Order: sequence, then C-alpha cells, then structure tokens
Amino acid sequence: MDLLELFFESLGTLTLNKTRTGLAILGIVIGIGSVIALVSLGQASQQSIQSRIESLGSNLLTIQPGSTNQGGVRGAQGGRTTLTLDDAKAIASTPQITTINKVSSEFSRRTQITTGASNTNTQVIGSTPMYPEVHKVNIAMGSFISQRDIDVMNKVAVIGPQVVIDLFGDGANPIGQHIRASGKTLKIIGVTVSKGGTGFQNQDDVVYVPLTTAQKQLFGVNYLSSIALEAKSADAMTAAQNEVGYFLLGRHKISDPTQADFSIFSQQDILNTAASTTGTFTTLLAGIAAISLLVGGIGIMNIMLVTVTERTREIGLRKALGAKKKVIVTQFLLESIILTFTGGLIGIGLGIIASYVIANLTSSPFVISPHSVFLAFIVSAGIGIIFGWYPAQKAAGLQPIEALRYE
Amino acid sequence: MNIKPIIQTSHLYKVYKTDIIETVALSDVSFQINKGEFVAIMGPSGSGKSTLMHILGALDLPTSGEYLLDGEKVSKLTDEELADIRNRKIGFIFQAFNLLPRTTAMKNVMLPMRYAGVPKTEQLEKAKKFLELVGLGNRLEHTSNQLSGGQQQRVAIARALVMNPAILLADEPTGNIASAQAEEVMALFQQLNDDGHTVVMITHEPDIAAHAKRIIHVKDGVIVEDSSNHRQKKITLSKK
Repeated sequence: MDLLELFFESLGTLTLNKTRTGLAILGIVIGIGSVIALVSLGQASQQSIQSRIESLGSNLLTIQPGSTNQGGVRGAQGGRTTLTLDDAKAIASTPQITTINKVSSEFSRRTQITTGASNTNTQVIGSTPMYPEVHKVNIAMGSFISQRDIDVMNKVAVIGPQVVIDLFGDGANPIGQHIRASGKTLKIIGVTVSKGGTGFQNQDDVVYVPLTTAQKQLFGVNYLSSIALEAKSADAMTAAQNEVGYFLLGRHKISDPTQADFSIFSQQDILNTAASTTGTFTTLLAGIAAISLLVGGIGIMNIMLVTVTERTREIGLRKALGAKKKVIVTQFLLESIILTFTGGLIGIGLGIIASYVIANLTSSPFVISPHSVFLAFIVSAGIGIIFGWYPAQKAAGLQPIEALRYE
Repeated sequence: MNIKPIIQTSHLYKVYKTDIIETVALSDVSFQINKGEFVAIMGPSGSGKSTLMHILGALDLPTSGEYLLDGEKVSKLTDEELADIRNRKIGFIFQAFNLLPRTTAMKNVMLPMRYAGVPKTEQLEKAKKFLELVGLGNRLEHTSNQLSGGQQQRVAIARALVMNPAILLADEPTGNIASAQAEEVMALFQQLNDDGHTVVMITHEPDIAAHAKRIIHVKDGVIVEDSSNHRQKKITLSKK
C-alpha cells in the first residue's frame, strides 16, 4: 500500500467528521498565527525604534558636560558648565583627531515661545550651520541658520513643523513672522521637514536659533550643553570616542579618566540598548505564542486519541485483513500531520494578514521574516509527528482480537 | 486418493493466565480439515470455540501445540508474518460484518488487496467480479449504511474471497441478520463450497450448523464429537 493511497484515505477519514477536524485545526491555526503575528509585531517595533534612532544622525557621538559635584552632592548630568565653544573648535581643528568629520556645537534649553495670542513651551536649540548635516535635519521652507547669523548674532529662528502647528495652525506659512522668546523678538527664516517622533523627544517640536544668539541674547551663558560629532564611518566610532575622550581630558587637564567632567555617548550604544530591549520583548511575545501552539498540539493529540479509541474495531478489522503495524502507524500519523499541516498553512496566512492589519493600525513597518514563516511551518509539521506519534503507536499496538471485540 | 490437508492442528493448548487463576481455554485439540470441506464448529458459549477460531484465523497464537495452515507453521510466526498470513490465506467473515463505515462496497472489498499491494486496475476488476458473484452487482457504489444486514454480510463475503484464500473462516455469520437473509447467506456458502472453497464456520445454532458437511462439537476446550453431517440441509440460491 503506497503512501499516496494512504494519504487520500486519511484525507477521506478527516473529511467525514468536519466539525471535529475543523476544531482540531483551529488550535494549530491560532498557535501558528499568533507566533507569526507576534514575532512580526516585535520585529516591526524593533525596526521602527532603530530607524528613529538612526534618524537622529548617523555615526553620531554626543559629548555632554559631566554632572556637578560640589561638596559631595552630585547634580544632574549636563548641569556643569565645562563644555565650551573653544572645546568644539579645538576638536574640529586639532590634527590629533583624525576620525571626526563634522562638529556641531549646541546649546539647548526649554523655554516659553509666544506669538500674538498663541504660545508654546518648547526646546530652543542654539546651533551652527553644521547642525542640519550632523543631525540629518532638512529644510522644508526658507533656509537654515548661516555662519553670518552667528557672527552678527542675528535674531532669527528656524522652527519645526510642530511649532508651526502650535503657534500658527496647520498648513500656515510662518516665514517672515515673528516670535518672542526670553523677551527677545526673533524673525522666522525657515521651517524644517517633519521627522516624526513623539513626546519629550519630538524632533519636530524645536526652535533653532543661532548659537551666539542663544548664548548671549536669550540665556546669558557662555558654555555649551552638548557637542555632536559625526565619525567618518561606523567602524571608526570606537576609535573616535577614544580620541576625542583623551583629547578633551588633556585640554581640561584631567589625568584620571574616572574624574572626567564630560561624557561621550555613542549612537551605537543607544542602538544596542534599544535592540536588546526590543529583542527581549520579541522573545517574550514569541514565548507566549509558543504556549498557545503547545496547547494546540495537545488538542491534536487529544483528538487523535479519541479517534483511535473510537475506531478500535476498525483498526482490529484492518489488522485481521492483513494490515501491518507500519501501515496503521503511517495512517494515523498521516492524519495528524494533515491536521497540523493544514492548520499551519492557514495559520501562516492569517498570521501574515494579522501582522499587516496591526502594521497599518499602528503605522509601524510591516515585517514578515521568511525564517519565522519557515520555522512555523516546520514546527507545525513537527507537532503533527510528535503529538500524532503516541496515538498512532497506540492504534498499531492493539491486539486484533481485543480490537475486534471492542464495543 | 491423496487429499491435501488445509488445516492441521496437533495438541493445541491455550491457557489464559492472570495473577491468580489459569484458565484453560483449549486442551489438546488435534484435528485436520481437508481442501473442499465445509465444517461447522459448534459449542455453547465459553466452550473455547472462539479461542479456536482466533487461533485458526492467525489472530492469536496457541500456548503450545502446532498449527499448520496450507503447509505453513502458523504457531511459530511473528506479528508481521501473521498479518501476511491473514491477508493471503484467510478470508474472515464476522458476525458484525465489520465493514468500513461510510465506505462503498467496492472500497470495502478492495481493502485486503490494497494491503497486499495488488495493482489498482486489478483491484477494481476483482472487486467488481466478486460483488457480482455474491449478487450485489447493482450495489457497487452503495455505502455500508445503505445496505441491509444480509447485503452487508454478502459484501463481507466478497471481501473474504478476493484474495483467493485457503479457507473462509466465518464467525457466527448469520448472528446479526434476519432468518430469511440468513438462508441466503448459507446458500451462498454452500455454492462457494461446491465451487471448491474450504469453509470453516463457527456457530452455536444447530440450524445453521446443519448446512455444513461436517460438524465438530467443542465443549470445555475439548473436541467432544467430530462427525460427517449426512443430513446436510441443502438450499439452492434463488436467482434474482
């Protein structure tokens, strides 16, 4: 008796009891479907977090002043005033540092911005013409801050699209209008392209002003809140971090690196942290889905055991007519494999559809990794074999006389 | 005349053991059935006739003693070899018919040939031929539940015949069917016997046993009487 014939026989048996077959398949459909959908959800959030971090700039290093430490009381990070424009200029010009392309000096502080009747509280960033290059900011209207604006401390501003909405309404053209910050009137000369983002880190809710204007006119300080550096390549990140670190230690005359009055963050560090966080999240989701898959598999085993008991007489008859053990095992194993395979296929289909719907609802990327589909397929076939094995063995091991007598 | 024995048993014993008791189901059973015989094995329930039938049908092995079926030592075979013997040498007919449910007469009759690996075209051809032989030529595609008890038993007889077995082994073949149809089934057995088939039938009904040519009486696991039935009840099959 060949396999194909047995296959059709098993298929025929399964179609005889459609409700039961359907319910058995449903367990696997839900299991496989949720594995695919949840893994896809995890990977999509991983991708969107990564792309958001990368949109901050590529190969980015950020230097921030160290925390204040006076009389043993440690203040907030960035509270110190140790980072200056001279530091930034030195980093840009010294021949000691070879791995850095671009240097952007920045001073930022949250403040109240008003115009006419509207006002908003937002991040004001004193920046140089390097800022858009290092942070990948594009200009939608007008122009960005020029070197001349910095040299003569022009009272001009470039605003993010969220600020446009908050102050002037959606779709308004604010170029040439004026806003007030810290008692000074600033003329709007440009609007940036939206980068997306939410909450505190919203890169669209920002007002850019010339660095010198921010330091001298608005906030009356002479230090920087951060220096952003772009390394020449991703591979040079670690080298750049070291070079800049030792250079600044030398400039600040600090011999013990643990006493540094600044810290350097690499974008790669942030990416790695985010990746490991979302990776854990994905694993957790997949674990939950795997449990439902296991429950589905046990459902298949249960159905197959009931089937074997119900068909005891039939098995006895088949054996009396000359069916060998192998044929009986194959027949029952095929039945459970058909169940799980069909369930697996439907589950993959539904899982992909569910991922697509979720991606659209949450406007996150739609990611289906072929290897999760492949894995789900293998797992569903494996469940068929593993959970079908015991009932099949039980069927084949029945003694023909006992089986024939069974009522 | 050199008559070839189809079934030869010598000193068959079957003992069922549980933790506390030993039950002797068969005790020193020796007999021989030749080709072309029509034998009824009779006995009340608990006499050991079912045990004897299971051993004759290669469904069970004796505790001791020897059983030769068509020249093969059945008492020494493995499970797989027994399956093969049942497939090729024995045509089973059960009291409860034991047809596959919701399956056509053709498919039921083809089942033993499928286990034997007979080519598909030959399966179809033979199944049709034997269903016609038992008078069901117009019921080929009927499923078991669309047939009467007598018709179901005739499908089972066709299924028993397709592998051209050495013996037809019938266990209370008329136990589940109405008496008029039972007569038809017995007539079919007689016709098959006339055509040269060896028939061994187990029954507790004297009326049914009366159709056989030889009657073996079993009681308490022992053969108590083995005689020719000179008053065989002959029925001719009504042509429909």
